[in-house]
Amino acid sequence: MSDLNTASNLEKVLKAGHIGVTSECGPPRGSDADEVKKKGALIRDYVDAINVTDNQTAMTRMSSLAACVHLKLMGIEPVLQMVTRDRNRVALQSDILGAASFDIPNMLCLSGDHQSFGDCAQGQNVHDLDSMQLVQTVRYMRDEGKFLGGDDIKRPPKIFVGAAANPFADPFEIRVPRLAKKIACGAEFIQTQCIYNLDKFKEWIKIAADRGLTEKTFIMAGMTPMKSVGMAKYMKNRVPGMDVPDEIIKRLAGAEKGKQAQEGIDICVEHIQELKELNGVSGFHIMAIEWEEKVPEIVERSGLYPRPEV
Amino acid sequence: MIIAEKKPIEEIIDEVKDFNRLLILGCNECVTVCEAGGKKEVEILASALRMYFINKGDEKVITENTLERQCDHEYLEELRSNIDDYDAIVSLACGVGVQFAAEKYLTTPLIPGVNTVCLGANEDRGLWTERCQACGSCVLARTGGICPVSRCAKRVLNGPCGGSTNGKCEISKDVDCAWQLILDRLKALDKMGDYEKIAPIKDWSTDRAGGPRTVTREDVKI
Repeated sequence: MSDLNTASNLEKVLKAGHIGVTSECGPPRGSDADEVKKKGALIRDYVDAINVTDNQTAMTRMSSLAACVHLKLMGIEPVLQMVTRDRNRVALQSDILGAASFDIPNMLCLSGDHQSFGDCAQGQNVHDLDSMQLVQTVRYMRDEGKFLGGDDIKRPPKIFVGAAANPFADPFEIRVPRLAKKIACGAEFIQTQCIYNLDKFKEWIKIAADRGLTEKTFIMAGMTPMKSVGMAKYMKNRVPGMDVPDEIIKRLAGAEKGKQAQEGIDICVEHIQELKELNGVSGFHIMAIEWEEKVPEIVERSGLYPRPEV
Repeated sequence: MIIAEKKPIEEIIDEVKDFNRLLILGCNECVTVCEAGGKKEVEILASALRMYFINKGDEKVITENTLERQCDHEYLEELRSNIDDYDAIVSLACGVGVQFAAEKYLTTPLIPGVNTVCLGANEDRGLWTERCQACGSCVLARTGGICPVSRCAKRVLNGPCGGSTNGKCEISKDVDCAWQLILDRLKALDKMGDYEKIAPIKDWSTDRAGGPRTVTREDVKI
């Protein structure tokens, strides 16, 4: 995994053998770019790249691509998240070229939450491609220099391609085979669902490592600090595919009044410190949802600061 | 078969209120089996409309008829001799039957009395569920005989997505995850190895995306 395929800083950091760090920034529900820029400025020095979510939970927001451009113009490296829910293969390829025209060097390919979760429950969904086929599409455009239709692309997109993995979704037995499929489709890095159940995550990554998969892709462990016991319970009970063990909830509930948020940060830092040593973990994807100001503290206390210059 | 469900009576009343002579037209095929538009439902709807309009002091002439099929010229022709007796037809057939009748009787207003829902099966008494979206290019040989196009809310061809929980879909605890069903079948068939075969990007031109579809068979044409 040593040759560089793109100009991505994230690719360089990971291929140089450093533990990579990414975070994310959700675009606003409005057209004020300052919200994106502020979030970017808060975390830029603590991460190698920043994911920009694509209408997450199917709530209509500023486009991921536009928000990525704002970050890029600030000199921050974005990871463009793209879901297959809202765009067909014409629009996806077109947006990939649009991103590449701004030299946005990373993409994360997702299927996206179902639109019934969002503000347009009566809308159509597209799903012309699925997330794996989107990974294949970006790789094909980059490596073969061709559109899906077969025509040559002038200046093909140089994009480092990622996919998501959820070690906790059901059924567990196909979680590693599913990872293998994503890698076979061309996923060069993987960002996982938020990890709270460390034992299950370790089991998953061991099976992946035993199959040699952790040598073929960079697995970035997903981390989301809990702000409160209420959030932990919500994530446990209401968010599909999330595994929050009871001891996390007990620990947050046991924190002194007004100190649950700090307890959540502490748990997150402890988890990163523990997983940092784990074979197969190449980095961390810290998703501090609407809590971006805590990313510097988490990164510093986890021993991941300063970020390497590569 | 084609699954349909009755439209709310208020909606039908609103559509027919300005006509005096109505034909309530059932179909003896799919909509009879799914109990939405057969002879029984024609009787019930006709009675309900008669009572409603009598109570309003507006006595309409409401005729009942149920054809063997409404998606067939031969049976629809049975109406021709009396078609001028009706100001409008409320068809309880699926959308195919309604349109076939509309195409045949150009000057007679056609009002659908059911909503056509899907291609499905009678899973249990009073329960009809979708099985096919007529994508025009069947993938069932590769998915253990369970259709991800019609049964996955995201029609994911390489599933399941991250939202599958306890075998259920992220949209509802009452909806099975199609990919869980596919995996269960692959396991039962001792074909779990097939799971790692990557489903290629699908040609949707045979689906709705390609425009109205036709099947032409020269060998059976007259």
